[in-house]
Amino acid sequence: MAENIQFELNGKKVELPLEKGQTLLWALRTNFNLTGTKYGCGEGYCGACTVILDGEAVRSCGITMEDVKGKKVMTIEGLSANGKLHPVQQAFVDHDALQCGFCTPGMIMNAYALLLKNPHLSRAQIIEGMEDNYCRCGAHKRIIEAIESVAGTSKV
Amino acid sequence: MERNKYYRDELPENNPSFEFNRRDFVKLLGGGLFIYFQLGDFLTGIAAEAEQRRSLPTDYNSFLHIGEDGNITCMVGKIEMGQGIITSFPQMIADELDTPIESIKMVMGDTELCPYDMGTWGSMSTRILGPSLLGAVAEARVVLLSLGAEYLKVKPEEVSVENGTVFIKANKEKKVSFGQLTKGKRIEKFMDVKPKPKDFSEYKLRGKSFKHADGVAKVKGEAMYSGDFRMPGMLYAKILRPPSHGATLVSADTSEAEKMDGIVIARDKDLVAILHKDPEKAEAALKKVKAEYKFDEMKVDDKTIFKHLLEFPSEARIVKNTGDVESAKKNAELSFEGEYYNSYVAHSPMEPHTALAYFEGDKIILRASTQTPFGTQDGVARELGMSLDKVRVIPPFLGGGFGGKGAFLQAIEAARLAKASGKPVMLQYTRKEEFFNDTFRPAAVIKITSGVSKAGKISVWDYHEYFAGARGSDTVYDVPDAKTTSHSAKDVHPFGTGAWRAPGNNTNTFARESQIDRMAAKTGTDPLEFRLKNLKDERMIGVLKAVADLFGWKPAKSPSGRGYGIACGFDAGSYVAHIAEVKVDKTTGKVKVVRVACAQEMGYCINPEGATIQMEGCITMGMGYALSEEVLFTGGDIHTGNYDTYQIPQFSWIPEIQTRILDKNEAPQAGGEPGIICMGAVIANAIFDATGARLYQLPMTPARVLEAIGKV
Repeated sequence: MAENIQFELNGKKVELPLEKGQTLLWALRTNFNLTGTKYGCGEGYCGACTVILDGEAVRSCGITMEDVKGKKVMTIEGLSANGKLHPVQQAFVDHDALQCGFCTPGMIMNAYALLLKNPHLSRAQIIEGMEDNYCRCGAHKRIIEAIESVAGTSKV
Repeated sequence: MERNKYYRDELPENNPSFEFNRRDFVKLLGGGLFIYFQLGDFLTGIAAEAEQRRSLPTDYNSFLHIGEDGNITCMVGKIEMGQGIITSFPQMIADELDTPIESIKMVMGDTELCPYDMGTWGSMSTRILGPSLLGAVAEARVVLLSLGAEYLKVKPEEVSVENGTVFIKANKEKKVSFGQLTKGKRIEKFMDVKPKPKDFSEYKLRGKSFKHADGVAKVKGEAMYSGDFRMPGMLYAKILRPPSHGATLVSADTSEAEKMDGIVIARDKDLVAILHKDPEKAEAALKKVKAEYKFDEMKVDDKTIFKHLLEFPSEARIVKNTGDVESAKKNAELSFEGEYYNSYVAHSPMEPHTALAYFEGDKIILRASTQTPFGTQDGVARELGMSLDKVRVIPPFLGGGFGGKGAFLQAIEAARLAKASGKPVMLQYTRKEEFFNDTFRPAAVIKITSGVSKAGKISVWDYHEYFAGARGSDTVYDVPDAKTTSHSAKDVHPFGTGAWRAPGNNTNTFARESQIDRMAAKTGTDPLEFRLKNLKDERMIGVLKAVADLFGWKPAKSPSGRGYGIACGFDAGSYVAHIAEVKVDKTTGKVKVVRVACAQEMGYCINPEGATIQMEGCITMGMGYALSEEVLFTGGDIHTGNYDTYQIPQFSWIPEIQTRILDKNEAPQAGGEPGIICMGAVIANAIFDATGARLYQLPMTPARVLEAIGKV
């Protein structure tokens, strides 16, 4: 009998048969059809697959499902509540902080986690915290400005 | 069939060209007004760039549909990959048609719904397709005015258009909406007359900034990319790849892999793949395949490549030749020889090449990340021996392209595997495959011999470009005796190469603007002054002066120790000039770009914010090829397979970026590429200004910077 893993996904209890070696990234994309979490490099360098695991930003391509058991996962799809954009998402829209948009969900989830830990991030802390999320179009400048605009406000 | 006529509730049957593109979408869209238009004269200009692509279309290039609900759908063969035409095209249409921008929807790149287009590359969307688009909209406006006048029972000259309605000029209360006008009708209009859009000055939205139309969908993770589509029974494919380019498969033993549950082996000649509904299972099974190869690799690596390029038998083509360079070389007061190198550079979009292929009856459908949906359609049809009407390519959003997604091997492979397996196949390249199959920006060498007269004028310019491509090899400066020679050859590279954002121009501008800087330094002239003194082109002078003002340039001989560099160039109709400020760590050779200013003149600008974002993106991406990006290889074996070995710009690199767009009341030009062309030169010149060390090779890695400093 295959073992089932239970965990919380975007606020709902879910369960999934354990497939040895399956990563959170591909469980999200194939089993739950949550395709906002992207495959970019598969080895944890680029951050396109960033999700929140028990309050921490993680690279879902490097997390196996065994490690998700009993934990809380939040993806980009779980960030906006009742159709309203989260302030970080809104800031990305307002600052036009994206181009192709492929790295955007990972950027937003990483920024969200940084702000969870420290709502008063300085510009230097934003740069340091975002450093390993890659963007090829070159939206970095606006991403920094977008995060800066919500850091230290009552929005987060 | 007579064109430029209205066809009410009647579809012409006997025109083959119309038959070819009157598609089912007419039925799908129901009633309303359809405007069909073609590129016309603008095609002649593209023909030269089109080389390997199919002959010029006789087909119509775009459609505009005004629906019974008043909504306007514009169908173009272009795709959206972050460059922003999904935002700027509706802006153009709304302006020309006097209709709310919110009522306009773009349908892009679908080979069944949209008319033929060569592809989204060369910054052609706005400058080449744009005028035709405006022409079509101008025609639509005339048709709507005429229908409106008829409806309101007045003469056409008595009505006007505003906010999506036709009204009587003398009595604005008497009006009719576009939707009402087209209700219950199907009107088709074929446009091949010379379009006469409004004068630029009459546009109200152009020059106003609009945010990305796709922004909300993208921040919610709802925007669909090729890898996000699902089909019942869909299997993920993992392809058996050779260890290097030039390796040929001799045998593949899949027996161990086949023992795993749910595995399907798909084979089509040399193409062997493992299919599984779980991509990680497919990947695991692929590792169990035992394969043998025979090798026939080119004996060259990233160190010996430049010697190889110069020794390779090539064909020389004289691009330009004015005066007599040989005599002029002898008469020069000061002579300069320069040899500049540029390594292979990867496109590396964040979304690797992806395609979903599946059959609907005898027809194959592909959701593919491609900059050339019609080229992909051709390719798949040819490979599978199918007719074009049995192949439909639908490109959703692309996660970046930069020229790399002009190549569509992944779509061909997905189609072959779907055919071989009879299953819907999702093929999403791993990052390693993305690097391996990329069509790199070619390694290249530029040789320049130039001279300066006693008066400090450039007197001679003999320019040789080896394998970079001729784009951007213009002399730019006012030189009486100037010659440009382009050297090319087939099969010179050990793997695929292709167009990389502003192809050719990055390499050429790096070489030209470095050489100019050396001449300025040697003559003891401020590098801005030297350029202005040797330029006649007012538009280039304009951007140089603008960037100097923006940056706050203070004249000085270089090397001044300040770390300021300047460069200028021309690409796809637009002029750009950059100034960079750098800090160089002389003990490590590490370069930090502190500030970059860029002035761009691109005709009239449609969406200044969109254009600014492209300039910022160009500056950021350009720092990569300038400072770190280099494909390392031995023969056909690519060593740079992920971001641990291939360094692209990151957040800590981001300099202060200042941009200025010089709005000019002339036809709009390129916006997605020009801002990147100066980045090699402007940083090289800034490094020289900081240290006195001249860099001749891109990328300017810390090791190369240290080596150059050692020579000072």
